[in-house]
Amino acid sequence: MNQLQNFTKGLIKENPVFVLLLGMCPTLGVTTSAINGLGMGLATLCVLCLSNIIISILKSLIPDKVRIPAFIVVIASLVTIVQMVMEASVPTLYASLGLFIPLIVVNCIILGRAEAFASKNNIFSSFIDGLGMGLGFTLALTILGAMRELLGAYSIFGLKLIQTDGIIVFVLAPGAFLALGFIIAFINSLKKTA
Amino acid sequence: MEIIIIIVGAILVNNIVLAQFLGICPFLGVSNKISTAVGMSGAVVFVMTLATLVTYIINSYLLIPFGLEFLQTISFILVIAALVQMVEIILKKISPALYQALGVFLPLITTNCAVLGVAIIVIQQNFNLVGGLVFTIATALGYGLALIIFAGLREQMELVEVPKSMKGSPIALITAGILSLAFMGFAGLV
Repeated sequence: MNQLQNFTKGLIKENPVFVLLLGMCPTLGVTTSAINGLGMGLATLCVLCLSNIIISILKSLIPDKVRIPAFIVVIASLVTIVQMVMEASVPTLYASLGLFIPLIVVNCIILGRAEAFASKNNIFSSFIDGLGMGLGFTLALTILGAMRELLGAYSIFGLKLIQTDGIIVFVLAPGAFLALGFIIAFINSLKKTA
Repeated sequence: MEIIIIIVGAILVNNIVLAQFLGICPFLGVSNKISTAVGMSGAVVFVMTLATLVTYIINSYLLIPFGLEFLQTISFILVIAALVQMVEIILKKISPALYQALGVFLPLITTNCAVLGVAIIVIQQNFNLVGGLVFTIATALGYGLALIIFAGLREQMELVEVPKSMKGSPIALITAGILSLAFMGFAGLV
């Protein structure tokens, strides 16, 4: 597989959210607005790229039996770093994402890629894989966030389009399930015709 | 009185799955049958209570006195992972029947973000030990309630014809959305 395919598979064909249904908790929890979705996506992208690089460097040093705990330590350290950087540089975004930042540790995408890809491939392909998967995740979160913000508040990226209240349910908890359900159904129907 | 408010709030009003979006992966993954949902719920109640107890003790007697709060995420996830392994080994030895019932679900729980999430919420909300434990048990019961109701709905849904592109996860997500709408009716109860 060449590097371009390696990069694009995460974006569309194996999109972690819409196709593989991984990392659902942050996907549903933080996407009340497009900007929150984007922020969460980028934070996950950083952790995913770095963890893929580090694990691919360390892969020959980590004994096979304890690889999962070792991966978790690497990921948890990276999440702590990202958490501190975000708290210092973007405090408002950090506050609105809240609990979901430390929970990046248990995002199945990151451990999944470490186990399925980074522990078997070289540094550069692992980095590209992390970048593709991370961007796919960011893209999905931004689309979902934008859709919920558009329907729920009639605004996009904080820019108000119509000066009335939106269909508030889309910003609340049930809207997350409904919006994601309809997006996945739409993608399924596209796949059938294609 | 305060305890009752914590319990009702955690089970119904701020249900961990349907209002706070924690533990969605197993919620969608193991909810095909009521029997597996019951097993998973039991395992979650058990592990979540233990995990909160241990992380609370570590946080207040180890991390805070030494000024190491930034190590929370790393230490909590390691403790939870180790705890799950230990529980599995002990259960296998002392209660094979319980192990049979919960066994397969235990490893899955390490990556259940609800366990880590509740441990962090208990610390953030400054509960005392008793309040924290009550909150944890109630939250876990709320998780079980949501999971079992959802499994029941999905068992019925097997028999219904749905549009082709809605089959599988989309219809499950929409069902969860409607269930979440129903739980919103409890808002304002406490």
